[in-house]
Amino acid sequence: MNGTRRFRVHRFDRDAGPATTQEFEVPVGEGTTVLEALRWIQLHRDPTLSLRHSCFHASCGTCGVRVNGKEGLACVTPVEREGGTVSVEPIANLPVLTDLVVDMAPFVERFPAPHPIVRGSEFIPGAQTPDDVEEYMRFEDCIECGLCLSACPVAATDDTYVGPAALAYAQRMLEDDRGDREALLDWADKDNAAWRCHAAFECTEACPSDVRPAQRIMALRKELRGRGKASERATTSLPATEEVG
Amino acid sequence: MNEPDLGATDPDRDPGVEEILRVRRQRGPVERSAPGPVAWFDVRRRGTGHFAFSLNRITGLGLVFYLYLHLAVLSQLLGGADAWNSFLQTATTPLFLGLDVLLVFGLLAHGLNGLRLALVGSGYVPNRQKALFWSLATFGAIILLYSAIHVFGADG
Repeated sequence: MNGTRRFRVHRFDRDAGPATTQEFEVPVGEGTTVLEALRWIQLHRDPTLSLRHSCFHASCGTCGVRVNGKEGLACVTPVEREGGTVSVEPIANLPVLTDLVVDMAPFVERFPAPHPIVRGSEFIPGAQTPDDVEEYMRFEDCIECGLCLSACPVAATDDTYVGPAALAYAQRMLEDDRGDREALLDWADKDNAAWRCHAAFECTEACPSDVRPAQRIMALRKELRGRGKASERATTSLPATEEVG
Repeated sequence: MNEPDLGATDPDRDPGVEEILRVRRQRGPVERSAPGPVAWFDVRRRGTGHFAFSLNRITGLGLVFYLYLHLAVLSQLLGGADAWNSFLQTATTPLFLGLDVLLVFGLLAHGLNGLRLALVGSGYVPNRQKALFWSLATFGAIILLYSAIHVFGADG
C-alpha cells in the first residue's frame, strides 16, 4: 500500500476559539502507523500540530488517541487498518490542552492514595506469592495511557466516576496484598467507584496492555460483597493467562 | 497549578461531587465520543459488551414505556365490554401481534442480559462475558422464535 491518505486531525488552541478539524494528505506505505503519519504532518505540513509521544513501541502510553472513533496507541495503530479518511482525535473524557494533547492530571488523581508503583516483584527475593495467584502481573502492565477511561460509556456521562484504570489498580493492590486493605475497599465501595461500572467491557477492549480493567472491577466487586463475611479470606485473583471470553 | 486536592494525596479528604466536577472541568474542553447519553448507544467499532450495554438501556426504556402503555390499555375496561372487545379486535391485527413479539424480544434481551450481568458482575465468571452473551443470545433467539410462532399461530 503506497500512496497518500487523507487525515482529518482535531485541532484546538484555547486562544483561538472552539476546536476544529484540519485535513492533510499524507504519504503512507505498508506498515505506516498513525503516529508516523502525524509526525510527517508535523515535519512537512504544520509544525504547530501538538501531540504527545515518546517510545514508539507501546510501552510509554503517551500517544493514546481516537482513530476513526476507536481508542488506540498511535504508535502501533497501522494506517492500512483504517478505511477512508483517517480521523484522529484526542482521547475522550479528559480535558484537551491543545490539538491531540489531553491533561492527564484528572486521570491520575482518580487513583486511590497512596499511589505506589508495584515494580518488578518477580525479581524480589522472598516476594509474597499467595496461593491463589499463579504469577505476578506487574502493575506496570498498566501504562496509564487513559484509553480505558476514553472508551468507557459511563465516563462519557459522569465525570465523577473514578474510571477503570484506578479501579483496576485498587484490585491489583488487593491481589498483591499491599497497602491498607480496608482503606482500599473503603475507597472502592462508593457509588462513583466500583458500583458505577456498568460492565460494558470497553475498557478491556481498549486496553493495549492486557490489564483487563473490567475483569478486575468485577473481581473487586466480589471482594466488596464478601467484605465482613470472611475478612481473613484470600483475595480474588485473575488467572493471568486465561483467555478473555 | 494551585488546585484543591481531590484525594490523590489525602485519602481522608472527601471533596464532594461539585468540587470534583468543577476542578475536572476547568482545565479545558472535554471531548466525548458522542454528546451526552448518545455515547451509550454509539456502538460503532465497539465490542460485544458495549452492544449489550446499549441494548440493555434501549430495552429497559422500552419496557418502562410498555408498562405505562399497558396501564393505559387496561383502562379501556372502564369503557365497558364493547370498548374492550373493540380494542381486542385491534390488538389481534398482524401489526399489534408483531409488537407483541417485539415485547417478548425486549423482555428476553433485558432479562437474559441481566442474568449475564449478574453472573459477570458478581465476579464469578468475569472472563466469560462474550461467551455468556452469545450463549444467552442463542437461547433467547430460540425462545423468541417459539413465541413468535405461538403468537401468530394463535391468530391464525
